[in-house]
Amino acid sequence: MRHQVTQRLRVTFGIHGPLIYLSVLDLGRLWIRLLRRARVPVAYTQGFSPHPRLQFAAALPVGYSSECELVDIFLAQELTPAEFLQMTRPQAPLGLTIQHVENVPLKAKSPQANMQKAHYRVLLQSPLSPKEIEAKVQALLSRQSIIRQRRKKGRKVDYDLRPLIYEIRYVKYQGNLHQLHMVLRCGPKGSGRPEEILSALEIPVDYYTICRTRLIWDLEENAQ
Amino acid sequence: MQISEETLQRLLACVQKPARYVGQEWNSITKDWATVTVKVALAYPDIYEIGMSNLGLTILYDLVNREPDMLAERVYAPWHDMESVMRSAGIPLFSLETRHPLAEFDVLGFSLQHELTYTNVLNMLDLAQIPVLARERTNKVPLVIAGGSCTYNPEPMADFIDLFVIGEGEEVLLELLRAIKTWKEDPLSPSKEELLRRLVHIPGVYIPRFYQTRYANDGTLTELSPSIPEAPPRVRKRIIPTLGPVPTRPVLPHIQVVHDRGMVEIQRGCSRGCRFCQAGIIYRPIRERPVQEVLEAIDELVAHTGYEEVGLVSLSSSDHSGIAKIVEEAMARHREDGLAISLPSLRLDSFSIQLAEMIQQTRKTGLTFAPEAGSQRLRNVINKGIEEEEIFRTIEAAFKSGWNRIKLYFMIGLPTETDEDVLAIAQLVRRIYHQGKALRQRRIELNLSVATFVPKPHTPFQWVPLASRETIMHRQQLLRENIRERRVHLSYHDWQSTWLEAIFSRGDRRLGPVIYRAWRSGASFDAWNEHFDPHLWEQAFQKEKIDPSSYLREQAPNELLPWEHIDTGVTKDFLWREYERALRGDLSPDCRQRCHNCGILQAFAKERKRSKNTWGCP
Repeated sequence: MRHQVTQRLRVTFGIHGPLIYLSVLDLGRLWIRLLRRARVPVAYTQGFSPHPRLQFAAALPVGYSSECELVDIFLAQELTPAEFLQMTRPQAPLGLTIQHVENVPLKAKSPQANMQKAHYRVLLQSPLSPKEIEAKVQALLSRQSIIRQRRKKGRKVDYDLRPLIYEIRYVKYQGNLHQLHMVLRCGPKGSGRPEEILSALEIPVDYYTICRTRLIWDLEENAQ
Repeated sequence: MQISEETLQRLLACVQKPARYVGQEWNSITKDWATVTVKVALAYPDIYEIGMSNLGLTILYDLVNREPDMLAERVYAPWHDMESVMRSAGIPLFSLETRHPLAEFDVLGFSLQHELTYTNVLNMLDLAQIPVLARERTNKVPLVIAGGSCTYNPEPMADFIDLFVIGEGEEVLLELLRAIKTWKEDPLSPSKEELLRRLVHIPGVYIPRFYQTRYANDGTLTELSPSIPEAPPRVRKRIIPTLGPVPTRPVLPHIQVVHDRGMVEIQRGCSRGCRFCQAGIIYRPIRERPVQEVLEAIDELVAHTGYEEVGLVSLSSSDHSGIAKIVEEAMARHREDGLAISLPSLRLDSFSIQLAEMIQQTRKTGLTFAPEAGSQRLRNVINKGIEEEEIFRTIEAAFKSGWNRIKLYFMIGLPTETDEDVLAIAQLVRRIYHQGKALRQRRIELNLSVATFVPKPHTPFQWVPLASRETIMHRQQLLRENIRERRVHLSYHDWQSTWLEAIFSRGDRRLGPVIYRAWRSGASFDAWNEHFDPHLWEQAFQKEKIDPSSYLREQAPNELLPWEHIDTGVTKDFLWREYERALRGDLSPDCRQRCHNCGILQAFAKERKRSKNTWGCP
């Protein structure tokens, strides 16, 4: 087992199909096994129970698809991004697309600690018209605060959803689905969840899907 | 018709662990439904996390899918949340691979590994909208079959299963499926009855509807015999002469399962002859996988799965004649990738400690041993041929090598057991504990799992009664009172589950209506303590006028046992001899050293000729 770190690769990947139902831990195991099959020389942590050094940027909630997940992989031997892609792509299971790989400095700030916002594409079926939904969105955005409850360690806790919302936009109606674009806070200081927005909008919804389309982190402001 | 992706998504929005139901895992095999002739759904009657850990189904999935004109898909018992959304949406139970309703398969095969999963079989059939009772299944397909260790006494499930496969399924399943293919393609379109009459000729196949039973006035079984001339009076189990290929591309579970590691079966069967152990009889003869084959299988398995851990599976891994070589070589080959090797069943001897040292060089997580009984007398009765001093030497070696957490398995309620034998468990454990404390700076921890002995069919103890509830409660109490060390943790098996397991283990087909009624009134997941409701069962016995205690009593030596038509190759005569030796406290040494003439070699002489010297028999 190799412990030294010689390189750090940042991988952008998408999650769809069956894999949207995996938890963060399941996705971690999936990645580790994928990298082992691909024989990528991942560096291991030191200590009593060494584990491969991977860093995911932001946990993807169960049930969401994504076009923009990030994982930093620390290697014990150098590989070019092209080599990495060539090794790993044949090992990717259905539902995982490895989109892009780049070198980042070993000491680069972690996206995880500096995560700010996430973009979401929400598709929903609803008996309401586009105009009615749009009106609901405007009404929600015009509120100063949106007090809601969430469960925390089995207890119900009040929180304000409003400051977690940066943008909600009605995009289009197509193929019997309404499309909404949402930009919500995402990161160590709390995250807004698209389902919470849907629920606060009080739109009757038969069915919806959520896809994370972009992660935004700030390397300057919060860097320590 | 396939369940659509959107339908599935709607269902999954309402459940806790949706990944159990989506399939399409790495290494899963999805064949073209339209062009494959014979389709089998392999079912495990418990949740995904448990079913996915089953090696038997992994082997069969691999074997069937190697055949171009056959396909095998998987299905597990949905948890309550999924069941309720499926029922309210009217969605039938479907397979993971192509999401076809189970009713559209030619064969639905259940793996029966544990008696307390029986109600789940009924529930899965019902969820699949397939009649639960075999006699009510008028449609041609699917044929509902079952295999696995429980089918060595198939009688309690005789009402629900069309056909049992007795013994190792590797060869017989393919023979069955080929016969089904011929039947399907027959232009005369013969009936299901006709199919069954053809299948009954395949060795290892037991079709309960072709057998009749008679009972004496006192309720004992007096006859279990074929009702059609084609059916054999006794069904001998099937075995494969040498172990088949290791499935090195097993499906990688989406979520963490019970045994979250690769598995390489290094040996089938066990030569130790513990008298309580059913596996030790039914998996005879002992067959080793050659060292080179094991090593290649490990390499391939790791290459195709990326598993971080591979378990070398067998009933007694340290007994494989090349185990040290396997462990040493596998560790050397995988030093770089940090592969962990695990040996799930180690004997209590110093050689096992050496093996454990080899595989746990960095992290010494825990060791598990099974002394089974506390006193030397009782260990001799059960033929656990292990000396007290050897136990202490072994555990001392383990402490000295750095382990500080040890798990110990014991049984209570064994034949001839007295309070003294149980107190001997406490003495043994206390001595181990204080020995450990004296040796180690760090705090040591002992975990004791105390099961209640259940007499199993086809073992030397098949005649003995289940200990009474009072006896077991009293002996559990004795242990609690006499083991008060803080870092010794005791756990027991729940009496009521033991009671039900014992009834099913030695039950006959009169239990069918009881199982049916208990399931109707809501019993399922009986193996899960939080779901097991003994009252449902007590009521079911009462309403069906069946006295459960009649299955728990001592059986007379001349009595016809409900499983006697199932032939393991081991003779009743041998079992009785072993039982008598047990009562005398005589040990029977390892059968690799000396043949005890159990019957296996006579029964499977032909297979032995094809065995390439991999059998452990002398």
